[in-house]
Amino acid sequence: MYDIVIIGAGITGTMLSWKLSRYRLKVAVLEKENDIAEGATMANSAIVHVGYDPEDGTLKAELNVKGAQQYEGICKQLFCAYKTVGAYIAACGAEEEQQLRVLAARADARGVPYRLLSRDEALKEEPNLSENVTQVLDFYTTAVIYPWEVATACMESACQNGTELHLNTPCRGITKDGDCYLIKTPNGTLRTRYVINAAGVHAEEIHSMVAKADWHATPRKGEYYVLDQDVSPIRHIIFPVPSKEKGKGVLAIPTVYGNTLIGPNSDFLDDPDDNGTTVDGLAYVRASISKTLNNIPLNRSIRTFAGIRPTTTSSDFIVEELADAPHFIDAVSIESPGLASSPAIADKIISILAESLTLTENPDADLSRRKPVVLADMTAEERNALIAKEPAYGRIICRCEQISEGEILDCIRRPCGARTVKGIKKRVRPGMGRCQGGFCEPKVVHILAEELGISPLDVVYDSEKSIILESENRV
Amino acid sequence: MKRVQAVIIGGGSAGLSAAVTLKKNGISDILVIEKDEEPGGILEQCIHNGFGLQTFKEQLSGPAYAERFLRMAEAENVKILLNTMVTRLTADRIVEYVNAEEGTVQVQADAVILAVGCYERPRGAINITGTRPAGVYTAGQAQRYLNIDGYLVGKRVFILGSGDIGLIMARRMTLEGAKVIGVAEIMPYSNGLPRNMKQCLEDFEIPLYLSHTVTKVFGKDRLEKIEVVEVDENKNPIPGSEQYFEVDTLLLSCGLIPENHLAEEAGIRMDPSTKGPVVDDRYMTSAEGIFACGNGLHVHDLVDYVSLQAARAAEGAAAYLKNGKPAGDPLRIVNGNQVSYCVPSQFYPAEPVEKLTVYFRVRTPMDGGTMVIRSGERVIRTVKKRKLIPSVMEEAVLLRKDLEGCTEQITIEIAEEA
Repeated sequence: MYDIVIIGAGITGTMLSWKLSRYRLKVAVLEKENDIAEGATMANSAIVHVGYDPEDGTLKAELNVKGAQQYEGICKQLFCAYKTVGAYIAACGAEEEQQLRVLAARADARGVPYRLLSRDEALKEEPNLSENVTQVLDFYTTAVIYPWEVATACMESACQNGTELHLNTPCRGITKDGDCYLIKTPNGTLRTRYVINAAGVHAEEIHSMVAKADWHATPRKGEYYVLDQDVSPIRHIIFPVPSKEKGKGVLAIPTVYGNTLIGPNSDFLDDPDDNGTTVDGLAYVRASISKTLNNIPLNRSIRTFAGIRPTTTSSDFIVEELADAPHFIDAVSIESPGLASSPAIADKIISILAESLTLTENPDADLSRRKPVVLADMTAEERNALIAKEPAYGRIICRCEQISEGEILDCIRRPCGARTVKGIKKRVRPGMGRCQGGFCEPKVVHILAEELGISPLDVVYDSEKSIILESENRV
Repeated sequence: MKRVQAVIIGGGSAGLSAAVTLKKNGISDILVIEKDEEPGGILEQCIHNGFGLQTFKEQLSGPAYAERFLRMAEAENVKILLNTMVTRLTADRIVEYVNAEEGTVQVQADAVILAVGCYERPRGAINITGTRPAGVYTAGQAQRYLNIDGYLVGKRVFILGSGDIGLIMARRMTLEGAKVIGVAEIMPYSNGLPRNMKQCLEDFEIPLYLSHTVTKVFGKDRLEKIEVVEVDENKNPIPGSEQYFEVDTLLLSCGLIPENHLAEEAGIRMDPSTKGPVVDDRYMTSAEGIFACGNGLHVHDLVDYVSLQAARAAEGAAAYLKNGKPAGDPLRIVNGNQVSYCVPSQFYPAEPVEKLTVYFRVRTPMDGGTMVIRSGERVIRTVKKRKLIPSVMEEAVLLRKDLEGCTEQITIEIAEEA
């Protein structure tokens, strides 16, 4: 019997599980995929929005500001990358400059700091701004993170405190049994007092298992280019002025590790799992970025990807206990700024739980995690001391990102560690660079097989069926 | 900081040849740094025949070709650091490397030879849309899985790009029992060597789709299907030409890119047409005492030329270590009509080398043409050429007397036949 079952191991579910792990509770997180952070958390703009964008009076506005304020501390506590780069909202012409005033007024009311820059001032910082740009609003506290790193770190810390993570465990049905819920999965039925629906693009399916939803899922796809680290056309995040129809528009984002993201477009989808890129989507991204920026070297793209936003017919986040299904709590419609809001979404859920559940602090809970080794952050002396002790840190496996065998082994051995090639790529980045794993993937497969005690033929790229090698050769 | 006369970064075909030549030219204190557990570089996975016809006048496999150079290196007592990654290079020739035994080490080199090789253009650099399943590999990656690790990556295979590795893999995977459904090439002509077209595709009746490309992949877990389209003269897909193939494997053989991260970090000037460093007639880059050769300089067609040019680079480095930089200022060697790049692309008219072979490639296939080498308006030489194709490197030979006292840059161009 569980106290709480969280459905979905994206940023919402993992952040909540981490925050809950300070209490004496039996918690399980169910994830239908083969790793955590596989949906919207895997593929988004990686920005901790500071909270000027959501409309007044919305839950989004409240939770965005509160969530963003916690992020730097959380990243410090969990040893995750957090890089303050600043966000430029680039206005083109008088009408859009007027929009900047609206955003600035909202920011004032919410205590979000900003500066207004003239075209010339902005150009000094960002020489590739296009000739269309007339004025810039700089939200200089805006940061970028590595979203799946935060999700992984939260899950790792929670698991260490006793939270269970059930991968490859889709929820097939929920029934009421007295005061409890029974959650049917292919791996057995779980009995729980509370259910949290953090199922992202699949939230409506889960909700519909217990009650009729008065909203509908309307997933929207966003496609991106990833540029090589050797080209750095921008230093700040560059936004166009947001609009009701197009949302935040097509941006340029300097990532934590020096790549540049260009995207996303925004297209409604019929299939919530259709995360393929499209000719039209990428063409739209290419065409749109030129509104605010020149000289974006899209020929130095090393990857394109698409993510799916779990949008619904509700324009706001929905974080509430269902009136007709007590102890079933929705955390749905968590589209942008869901990543930035996730700490505050978790707090809100915990306050809902606290109305009917006694939360007792566990004095043994450790809300940090073992600090991962990041060779790039160490001095030569520190590195050499480590390599002398653990030589695997001296064997570089990924030449583009300079990732050692030691870092790869560590990410497999941690709680909720990597079990797939993509899992390793997400956690420590071999294959994220310009050769995209051309050189290191065979080595990563070998390390994973050896470490898990399986044949390389059974090593998968991502999902359980995504095998990489077909058979042994004929010799 | 430890001081070394010459550091060679990379122990593949270029690095080994450069090391042997340095030793033969009296440079004794040298260090070869290799990231892999064995020297030989990519040759180790090229188990097919066809290497060494120029150098050794016989057909060798890749590992056998590497073995010859290794033995020469051993005979010369060349020191090779294995499992060692160079993490940084500065313009004043400080080389930082890391390995399990020594940790991070910095050495001051009097000369550095970059022999770093190249990498394959990945999917993200090509316009293929759709999902991101397992089953999409670069051709060289699949080659490594097969020839080094001993695993076949799939059973029903399509290959995008008619680069040589893709062609070699079409044959290799067929021999291993896989079915290669076809090869698509976006250009209206093949990008592989003619002998590979014949021996790897025609002999196995594998269809080649010229002016075609792969536009989309399907499959959630493992690749299931691909979309292939015909393209027009601007390489844009022709609507209605879509064909679908059910395959579990897509190999990408869409070009090789010189690996130049170290060089760029050191501030070395790059040549956009080769994507490698700009070098002069001694193979020296814009950073004094740093030389470049091999596929990290420009992508070669045959390994024999890699060895040969690496030897020239090593001679350049040896001369630099003895006598310093050549006198005077360099002049440029530039791409004329139909020439896509020239290497080397600079020379010293006050102090030219004895004989300078400039390697170049043509932009499009031609049945014939006349190579014209000019200095300004003065024609130095014209040479009739038959059958010029982009996949085959061409040579322009310049002698000391051609270069000495030149006052204007040299242009290499092809006068096309009417």
